[in-house]
Amino acid sequence: MDWTGSSAEERREMLAAIGVDSVEELISGIPRQVEALPGLPGGLDEASLLRHVSALAGRNRPAGPGKCFIGAGAYEHATPAVVEALVSRGEFSTTYTPYQPEVSQGTLIAAFEFQTLIARLTGLDAANSSMYDGASATAEAALLAMRQTGRKEVAVSGAVHPEWTAVIRTYLSGVGAHIRTVPDEGGRTPLRGIEAVVDGDVACVVVQQPSFFGQLEDLRAAAKAAHAAGALFVAACNPLALGILASPGECGADIAVGDVQPLGIPLNFGGPYAGYMAVREWLVRQMPGRLVGMARDSRGRRGFTLTLQTREQHIRRERATSNICTNQALVALAATVYLCLLGKQGLRDVARQNAVRARRAAERLLEIPGVSLAFDGPFFNEFVLRLPRDAAEVCRRVTERTGIWPGLDLGRFRQDLADCLMVCVTETKTAEDVEALKTALEDALR
Amino acid sequence: MTDIPLIFEMSQPGRRGWRPPALDVEDAPLEELIPAGLLREDAPELPEVTELDVMRHFTRISSLNMCIDTHFYPLGSCTMKYNPRVTEKCARLPGFDLHPYAPVESSQGTLELLHGLQRMLCELTGMAAFTLHPAAGAQGELAGILVARAWHESRGERRSKVVIPDSAHGTNPASARLGGYEVVTIRSDGRGRTSPADLRMLMGGDVALFMLTNPNTLGLFEDGILEIADIVHQAGALLYLDGANLNALAGIVRPGDLGFDIVHVNTHKTLATPHGGGGPGAGPVGVAGHLAEFLPGWVVEQDERERFRLSRPARSIGQLRAFFGSTAVLIRAYAYLRALGGPGLRENSLTAILNANYLRCRLRETFAPHVDEPCMHECVLSAKAQKKRGVRALDIAKRLLDYGFHPPTIYFPLIVDEALMIEPTESESKSTLDGFVDALLKIDREIDECPDVVRGAPHSTPVGRLDEVSAARRPVLTMPVEG
Repeated sequence: MDWTGSSAEERREMLAAIGVDSVEELISGIPRQVEALPGLPGGLDEASLLRHVSALAGRNRPAGPGKCFIGAGAYEHATPAVVEALVSRGEFSTTYTPYQPEVSQGTLIAAFEFQTLIARLTGLDAANSSMYDGASATAEAALLAMRQTGRKEVAVSGAVHPEWTAVIRTYLSGVGAHIRTVPDEGGRTPLRGIEAVVDGDVACVVVQQPSFFGQLEDLRAAAKAAHAAGALFVAACNPLALGILASPGECGADIAVGDVQPLGIPLNFGGPYAGYMAVREWLVRQMPGRLVGMARDSRGRRGFTLTLQTREQHIRRERATSNICTNQALVALAATVYLCLLGKQGLRDVARQNAVRARRAAERLLEIPGVSLAFDGPFFNEFVLRLPRDAAEVCRRVTERTGIWPGLDLGRFRQDLADCLMVCVTETKTAEDVEALKTALEDALR
Repeated sequence: MTDIPLIFEMSQPGRRGWRPPALDVEDAPLEELIPAGLLREDAPELPEVTELDVMRHFTRISSLNMCIDTHFYPLGSCTMKYNPRVTEKCARLPGFDLHPYAPVESSQGTLELLHGLQRMLCELTGMAAFTLHPAAGAQGELAGILVARAWHESRGERRSKVVIPDSAHGTNPASARLGGYEVVTIRSDGRGRTSPADLRMLMGGDVALFMLTNPNTLGLFEDGILEIADIVHQAGALLYLDGANLNALAGIVRPGDLGFDIVHVNTHKTLATPHGGGGPGAGPVGVAGHLAEFLPGWVVEQDERERFRLSRPARSIGQLRAFFGSTAVLIRAYAYLRALGGPGLRENSLTAILNANYLRCRLRETFAPHVDEPCMHECVLSAKAQKKRGVRALDIAKRLLDYGFHPPTIYFPLIVDEALMIEPTESESKSTLDGFVDALLKIDREIDECPDVVRGAPHSTPVGRLDEVSAARRPVLTMPVEG
């Protein structure tokens, strides 16, 4: 099937107006045309398509409610029904980037609200209207710091998500810059490690809050250490955790980045999610990405429009602050709706519940003989258990026997942590779910 | 008329929206869980509103948007075609909502779909391998550029330049720069194309890549393409296709058959995934066989037991974003391709070309085409004659809003004076196109009859023309907290 707009008769009229007998006449100058694409067989009608794609979806085996304890950068949270209801509206989903502000106030107001919410959450002055994801936002923050300082090295904590570090590495490779790793200790970033690594060549220090291992970092100390060497401080924060944790702004960060996935965005096997970036005022003109600003119309009414566009690729071309064009507007809208629904108290409640439930879950799981905490610091909603055997094998066993996904085996990223299982407990996990996990782990370890 | 309120202006202390599940474990004060020094002093100033407040606010502001579902949206180079709802339904099937680290045995359906999408994209473009990893077209460009660089380096070559036409999208030079290259601009010739002779002069041993959009942003097929490919390859460089305009070629000709080595596809253009007011998109990148080992992210493979799995190309340039990719977007693209098949895609492209040429022919007497010959899926006209009569392309665009049409792209490509870049897509009917033409012709008459009406447009939109200069001079990017 196709979704073309005109009848055969209308097409004939159009061809006549153009003065040709067929469209093919208009494209006779194209060499090497194909008659057919055998690998793309004839189309499916709607019912057959749904049946086919549903069958594919049916070949997945989702863990189901209460059974996925994997976090590691993508988190299962309860999602208000209103989020999907609103982002499904064609008025939001079938528009382009708001180049014509007079007929895009819906998109622009939502983006301005997103920027405001992110600025307030992070305690910084301004935020852009979204980046691709948290990892690429962090890489862009590093590039921003390099532009600002004129320095060519970037210090990244070993306790940053390994995939995020990999993304920073790729982005830096393009411009010939390098990562200096601050070795992690106890799942966190040691202050003396930062001091040892950072010098006058380092543009910024990147620390994640909570760390990849779920541990809470001392952002204040890290910021001080970065600033002492004239480097900027980039805090990559889980925005949900900021419902209770000290904001990057109050801790002295110059740039905050992160992924809004924990704010009501479905897991969807990796995306689409959305990154955010917030900065202090003196860095605004170095920001990548779209910015929405307040403006007045000819009659003095308030309106919103894309602004400071001279930073961007469509105007500045190779001298732009970034190559980013399309971002993640609709995902940012979902996060905006989520944050508004939860509100001041609700976000705090959900964040607090994550911390309480994770703590109680850890206490229960530590009752299993031979199981201990790999890291001893405070955590938000994720913690690492050291098991008496290989964690990947334990995961396989638990999943085979019970359908539970007990967490992430850290050996996939770090050989020295092959006996470590990282468990995430959010507000979606009941006491009963945790008991089921405990029993499953006990069985698998027996 | 009063200002449209922001959600912050609706806030009332103590109002609540959504509530989390009841706590069924022993509670504890926060300070017992987390040291006080790590906690935030004040709760973030989020709005305090009810669920209905939220529903109403966002529904109301959504009605301030023009969108494909409500209006003709002929934004050039953006391919604003209809987004079929069945693909939405496919993407929201609950079975697809998996954690990105889901066990491979549990994600076979998703992996099979992604594997199928890779294969279909290879067939569509004539490329040997695809990565579905990049988040959008511009990230796909960066991926392609880094792949080219890795390939040159694998041959012991360090080349420093990327050649890009002056009609290219701004992302091309920005991506090349991000990839560490110096940008050399090649001027379009009198026919609005890249002249092979000009290109030959620029293609030295220091050029890594020539990035071409084909059809180019003037809506013209680069008919010297076979010679261009030879020139590029003879110089030891690679040929990149910016696939932004693939909607003109799908099912008609395959970029791989024309000599392109690398191509990115914008799913939110050619493959009808909704643009979302600025994303999310996805930017799959396809490459010729000799470049496959450098692709970023993961590719989906099928092993000897017919089991699907993710695999990292041997000499991958690395990762550009966390996790596999924007899977929910890719599911929509897959569904769209399966619905159309090869014949449907060809029908789409031919219809898009028909529609663009129809508009060109009906408008050419009034708005001069930059190059007056058959176009592909979009046509670029100029309002320079109107400018002489005192009205700019911007004014015409704004006046179109009053007639219920989203304007075309204006002032792009940069090489066209007072450009109106019109891309109708295949979705639109002849009557819609006729209505659009009538509006443009009427506006042209208004320039003589009532020029101030045109210059003061729009008159019927939720807000009038905004003072963007003042907005940029003293930017207000967030709502200040009251009190």
